[in-house]
Amino acid sequence: MEKPNPKRSLSNHRISRRSFMAGVGAGTVCVAASSRLFASGGGEKEEEVINADSLSKLSLHINARDHHLLVEPRWSLLYVLREKLGLTGTKEGCSRGECGACTVLIGHVPRYACLTLALEAEGAEITTVEGLLNGEELGAVQTAFAEEDAFQCGYCTPGQIMSVEGLLRKNPSPTTEEIRIAVSGNLCRCGAYSHIFKAAEKAAKARSK
Amino acid sequence: MYYTEGLPVPETPSPGETPGPWERTDVVGKPRPRVDAYERVSGTAVYPSDIVLPRMLYGAILRCPHPHAQVKKVDTTAAEAPPRVRAVIGPGDPKTDLPWSFRDVKTTLFPKTCRFEGEPVAAVAAETLYQAWDAAGAVRVDYKVLPHVSDERRALEKDAPKVHENGNKLKTDTYSRGDVEKGFFEADVVLEQHYRTEAEVHTPLELHGCVANWDGDVLTIWESTQGVYAVQSRVAEVLGLPLSKVRVIGHYMGGGFGSKLQTSRYSIVAALLAKKTGRPVKSFLPREATFLAMGNRPPSNMTLKAGVKKDGTLTALSFTCLGTGGAYPAGGTSLVDWQIRDLYLCPHVRTECTDVYINAGPARPFRAPGHPQCSWALEQMLDALAEAIGMDPVALRLKNVPDYSQGREGNPPYTTTGLKQCFKEGARRFGWEKARRKTAGQEKKGHLRRGVGMAGSVWFVGGGGPPSTVILKLFSDGSANLNMGASDIGTGTKTVMAMVAAEELGLRPEMIRIEHADTGTTQYATPSGGSKTVPTEAPTVRDAAVQVKRRLLQMAAEEMDLPVEDLRYTGDDIVSRSRPDRRIRIVDISGLKRQGVVVGVGHRGPNPEKKTVNPFCAQFCEVEVNTRTGELRILRFLSTNESGRVMNRLTFDSQVIGGVTMGIGLAATEMRILDANRTGKMVNRNWHDYKLPTSLDVPADIVGVPIEMPDAEANISGAKGLGEPVTIPTAAAVANAVYDAVGIRITESPINPLKLSSLLEQQKKEG
Repeated sequence: MEKPNPKRSLSNHRISRRSFMAGVGAGTVCVAASSRLFASGGGEKEEEVINADSLSKLSLHINARDHHLLVEPRWSLLYVLREKLGLTGTKEGCSRGECGACTVLIGHVPRYACLTLALEAEGAEITTVEGLLNGEELGAVQTAFAEEDAFQCGYCTPGQIMSVEGLLRKNPSPTTEEIRIAVSGNLCRCGAYSHIFKAAEKAAKARSK
Repeated sequence: MYYTEGLPVPETPSPGETPGPWERTDVVGKPRPRVDAYERVSGTAVYPSDIVLPRMLYGAILRCPHPHAQVKKVDTTAAEAPPRVRAVIGPGDPKTDLPWSFRDVKTTLFPKTCRFEGEPVAAVAAETLYQAWDAAGAVRVDYKVLPHVSDERRALEKDAPKVHENGNKLKTDTYSRGDVEKGFFEADVVLEQHYRTEAEVHTPLELHGCVANWDGDVLTIWESTQGVYAVQSRVAEVLGLPLSKVRVIGHYMGGGFGSKLQTSRYSIVAALLAKKTGRPVKSFLPREATFLAMGNRPPSNMTLKAGVKKDGTLTALSFTCLGTGGAYPAGGTSLVDWQIRDLYLCPHVRTECTDVYINAGPARPFRAPGHPQCSWALEQMLDALAEAIGMDPVALRLKNVPDYSQGREGNPPYTTTGLKQCFKEGARRFGWEKARRKTAGQEKKGHLRRGVGMAGSVWFVGGGGPPSTVILKLFSDGSANLNMGASDIGTGTKTVMAMVAAEELGLRPEMIRIEHADTGTTQYATPSGGSKTVPTEAPTVRDAAVQVKRRLLQMAAEEMDLPVEDLRYTGDDIVSRSRPDRRIRIVDISGLKRQGVVVGVGHRGPNPEKKTVNPFCAQFCEVEVNTRTGELRILRFLSTNESGRVMNRLTFDSQVIGGVTMGIGLAATEMRILDANRTGKMVNRNWHDYKLPTSLDVPADIVGVPIEMPDAEANISGAKGLGEPVTIPTAAAVANAVYDAVGIRITESPINPLKLSSLLEQQKKEG
């Protein structure tokens, strides 16, 4: 198992992914007794078995605000954002890591919220498309998408925007090829890609001013 | 008036007089970002799948895992056990297992015989989505698995399992004009070739589904749909409710491409679960189910025989197609011969299309039904004919451009056709001749080969038509609200309509707010499909704006005590023609102040008689083939479109790049794979295995070139449809470019590395 990186804070919580995966098939989830055990990667004998739909306390840090809620350990971050917190800018397209409509930033890194358990995201800095707004004002990437008509139905758009946002935070002046790669995990069935490339280029310029 | 830009305003026609074409436009035709861009990029747009209501439950539908099976017994005991399950419904209960039909073939919501993988078997509602799926998984079903046929090419074999009792043949449609045998006799060259395109699935990004809620006996459904009124009428019919008690809302929707034109069983199921529980129910399909049960572009097995004279005159076309709409009547060969019948001048034409049943999900209209398949055959054939007679492909097509519709009874002329200009201007802008010379002269040393290809198209409809009604409301401060039933499926309909109203009234487009796609509060509209929404709604909106102007002129005439014919509406004010010093500001008209609003009701006028309204397109592309790996890179695309008046230059381009991108999917990446030999199940029911074009598969260089010919006869906006024509010729143009690059005719889609590398290998062996 990959050693958890406390800076990313993505896996730094009470449930081990391995025991979760082992338990989920039987409709139950194993919860490790303490995070110390998780860090050592062992200690199954001290795990207790809980029902899949029993609730755990969770704090999420989203768009610079804290949210405290009760979640089932199996709930994805996507489900919690959309159905429990009303942050419906993050979209559901497949729930299996294929389309990218649910892309959010964890730290500064674009991640699929459908493949991230809500519990995994505890302690992480999460940014959704709503978090790019400054009050009612659009962020640079959002503005560029609007101006370049870099969408059609708009459903994949928040995910595309978050992937571009993540790219520009890492690489402020990307080439078209780098933009293509950055959004290659975001499907757009309407086929707005070439306008998305333009919007990303425009946003990069706007941000560097 | 505060909300105008001082732009000239078109003359207001007298009552009873039809407005003439706009002589100039200052808003329409310019590039304009969308009126709802903010909502779509900020995340604040509420799509149906975003709806969360107080006390809302989640629905889940259990679907048949077999392509053909009898449901012997459904045991819901275990499903009802978990504490947070609120309802389970299934077959056999007359209250919930309601009649359903696919065209004239009757079945039920939860059929006893499932004829395709993914037919509904039972449904549950629970407190959370996860619990709903737990419960659906706990329903025990005894199936008697029946033999299946999952390949349309075997459906008519004698021992093929029967999908329906009366056999697997649904119908054969034939068409003929002239005498094809005579035509082949007159030809200098006759070629015959078999072609096949694979089935594609729509898979719009927003899942199919809805939220249903009852207030007493009034049902409200928020549905991701292309037509709220279509959903309303089917739901009302199946549930036996008056239309007034079914409200369907679909303000935003995340793509449909034809798969959300019709009503599905899931909407009825959600309503029944909501009724049973007395709670709102949200029920969206999981992605896999949309691959199985929400429609497809049928596979087409086509044979085309064509004759041409040495000078390029087409003499005869003989076309057969075998297709399938899946397990129910669903248009398996719908319009699949239209390009053959109508696109190029040809005196002798015969087509025969056979639609058969197989045990697979029913087809649904998919962006230009039938057309891209037909184009794949016809446009590759034209290139082969051009080569055989030593003629340039563009020149061959130009030789055979009609100005009337040969495929229709009575040969009605097109109101306008820019097909010739599409070919000429497209070739010029693309640099066709130079590019052809370059690819012909390229060195054959390396492993990379360039090729260029092109193709043309006509779209069967695209002129729109009645009925449509809209209401335009001018507020007392001069801002306006447009009330329209049509859905904006992502094409920018709302923006175009704001531009039309703005043009006619002299208003700034951003001062017009749009309420739309709600059967409770907006006017009747047919579903958004067929590239008909703009040519249907734009004239309707213009009519409503004219009504507003006429009403204001009438009010001003009374107030100023001048004859109405003497007055002119300028946008800011109303001025006397005879005494220009006499004028009144719109916002000062006391009638407007007193009433609060002035309302204009617009109706869609009739289409011209004895003429047909169709859009045209030609596309050109350049590709690079890696002869070592079989990889295909599409380097650039150019699309010339004659769609009448260009309404919004920015969203025009978006349609072009979207249509080309989708066409690249048909050409190179997409195919539904059914395990025909063993289980009959779909094996690539997800976006990992069913490959949509991604950002790495399309060129950044996709250019839209409008051939602008405002169509004065078509309707009072001059616009024709665009969304479908742009995807018809794409795949064929790619195939022609691949041939130009490596000399291999790829007659079966998709041109993926597996197929291309094996064909290259074969070519090498054959020398």
